[in-house]
Amino acid sequence: MDTEPLTQLDPSYTTVMRIEGLITTLPFVIGATVLSLAEVVPAYVPAIPVVILAVILIGVLPLKRYHSRGYDMSTDRLRVVKGVLFHSDTVVPFSRVQHLDVEQGPLERLFGIARLILHTAGTHNASVTLPGLRHGDATSMREGIRQHVKRESM
Amino acid sequence: MSDSDSEIAQAGDTIEVDEWRRVSPLSVVAQGVRTIGSAIIPAAFVLFAAARQEDKLSGLAPWLVPILGLIIAINILPAWLNWYRLRYRIGSSDVRLEQGIISRSARSVPYDRIQDVSLEQKLIPRLLGLVEVKFETGAGGKDELTLSYVSEEEGERLREVVRGLVEGADETAAICVASEVQPGEHVSVRDTGDRLLFAMPPQRLLTFGLFSFSLVIFAVLVGVVQQFEFLLPFDVVDYIADYFEDERYAEAGSYISGMDTIARIAGIAWLIASVVLVGLASGVVKTFVRDWEFRLERTAKGFRRRRGLLTKTDVVMPVHRVQALIVSTGLIRRRFGWHGLSFISLAQDSGSANHDVAPFAKMTEIAPIASEAGFTLPERTEEWRRPSSAFYFDRGLIQSLVILLIGLVVFIVAAAEAERNVPGLYIIGAIVAVLISLTAARQYYLWRYDRHALDPEQVLSRRGWLAPRTQIANRVKLHSVEIAQGPLGRWHNYCDLVFGMAGGRFAFRGLALEDAKKLRAAVLDSIASVDFARLPK
Repeated sequence: MDTEPLTQLDPSYTTVMRIEGLITTLPFVIGATVLSLAEVVPAYVPAIPVVILAVILIGVLPLKRYHSRGYDMSTDRLRVVKGVLFHSDTVVPFSRVQHLDVEQGPLERLFGIARLILHTAGTHNASVTLPGLRHGDATSMREGIRQHVKRESM
Repeated sequence: MSDSDSEIAQAGDTIEVDEWRRVSPLSVVAQGVRTIGSAIIPAAFVLFAAARQEDKLSGLAPWLVPILGLIIAINILPAWLNWYRLRYRIGSSDVRLEQGIISRSARSVPYDRIQDVSLEQKLIPRLLGLVEVKFETGAGGKDELTLSYVSEEEGERLREVVRGLVEGADETAAICVASEVQPGEHVSVRDTGDRLLFAMPPQRLLTFGLFSFSLVIFAVLVGVVQQFEFLLPFDVVDYIADYFEDERYAEAGSYISGMDTIARIAGIAWLIASVVLVGLASGVVKTFVRDWEFRLERTAKGFRRRRGLLTKTDVVMPVHRVQALIVSTGLIRRRFGWHGLSFISLAQDSGSANHDVAPFAKMTEIAPIASEAGFTLPERTEEWRRPSSAFYFDRGLIQSLVILLIGLVVFIVAAAEAERNVPGLYIIGAIVAVLISLTAARQYYLWRYDRHALDPEQVLSRRGWLAPRTQIANRVKLHSVEIAQGPLGRWHNYCDLVFGMAGGRFAFRGLALEDAKKLRAAVLDSIASVDFARLPK
């Protein structure tokens, strides 16, 4: 199954990550502005690290993360691939799923995407998250997997 | 048995379902004694220190009794309030516990989530005839529902009642029962047909203790000295500083150099011998206290283990809850053929995730226990595979670089201090060289030794240097498989293969990527073919 091509996530996931990057940079922008106005150092100095941070968090990283992520759903298992620097490639057989979540934050709701979360009984990888799915896809995947989850019998 | 409240029953003769109850009133004493116990040593030290200065003592003497009384009251009052405000109920579908003096907390645990009812008895409750009842849910640690303390008979009855209700709640789920020093009749009736799998007589314990050489006692002594330093008549740090400043060490040095060679060697030998002796003795004592009368039996319910000198424990582990085996050993004890066997299971064993089932045994004794749990020990026919050599090379390189960096910093600082060539500088270089070659040797050894294999039912892994261990997991009892790669791993084409397992960790580090993918595909096929709900029970 490692040879199967991965399904790409929804492109608007990149936009969501960009906005999240923007929100993360905002406090730094404010801090840098205050520093510039205080005239402790030359006005352009605080701007340099903030611009670098913004380019990484808004420009580069969302795209890289989008391209590194992907999933492959076969008849009895789900494969989730992620990671820019540290790769991780997890396979969860449906027969081991304890319960399922479809989650949506406010930003994700705005763009109509959702996260599918698979919970297993294992201590490691107790929950495997697959973000950036179209909300409709996520719910239909959940229904598909739920067919396999018989009865939790711990 | 004891008096009963108008609305809340105490330890009665029978346990009614849906009836609010309190724990034994004696638990106030047990809790109080415990907190006083932790306060009494500092108090004694303070009194002792005060007594050394007589004028202070005479001023203190009339207040001594009231102060002690106050300390006891301060400790007993919260314990009593806790007891008064704590109530529990064995309901028809769950166990409930309400507690808290001001802010109340109510916890409910449904019967089909209760995995084991364990009774534990520490020294003070044991003297008072009390036990602590734990309803374990597999959540682990502090989230368990605990009743501390009830009387021994009450604990026994609670276990019986809850066990009955749990079995009623879920016919298929056997429960894991752990208990502590039960009244004799109960045991003999239930335990007919038990088979003894493993026991440790005192001679075996002695051997085990000798191999458990431990120098922890010295660390404890240092810790105690630090803790109560302020009470000593002299300051330790100052004393050591004076020792060097006044050149008293020169006196000691001249004293030693005054001795002849034989006396010096005898002195050093005496020092080493006493350290070794203390280490061995503390190992033996620790082992005897923990593993006294160690017995492992196969009962109808599962594996039953009893051990302990001061704190006796009696644990029953159902066979189907055993997730994996660990066979561990040590660098020296391996030469003598001694190994330890423990189970990874969902329930906890006094804080540790693994259950010791045969802590010190020969392989011929371990094999029957393993097969009883449904595992087969690795044989020579297994197709063992090595992890990627690049993984060990990279690790050795990184560790060497760290050592080199630290060495360099030390060298530069030392050179700046010394201002000229002194032999000490060469020693730093030599130490760095030795450490790096040790690291390299270790990584090479690990690469030669570490291996893993896959047989039709199990995944096996053998790892380690000083304390090598073999882990054996059942393929169908794994929950997920992950291949993780860092930047170095991607560059050199190796990865970690991590399995999701209930109750423990199971990972193969530094596998060649192709190897890991093959392993994953094989394991996933056997996982996916068996539904979790139909796992062997």
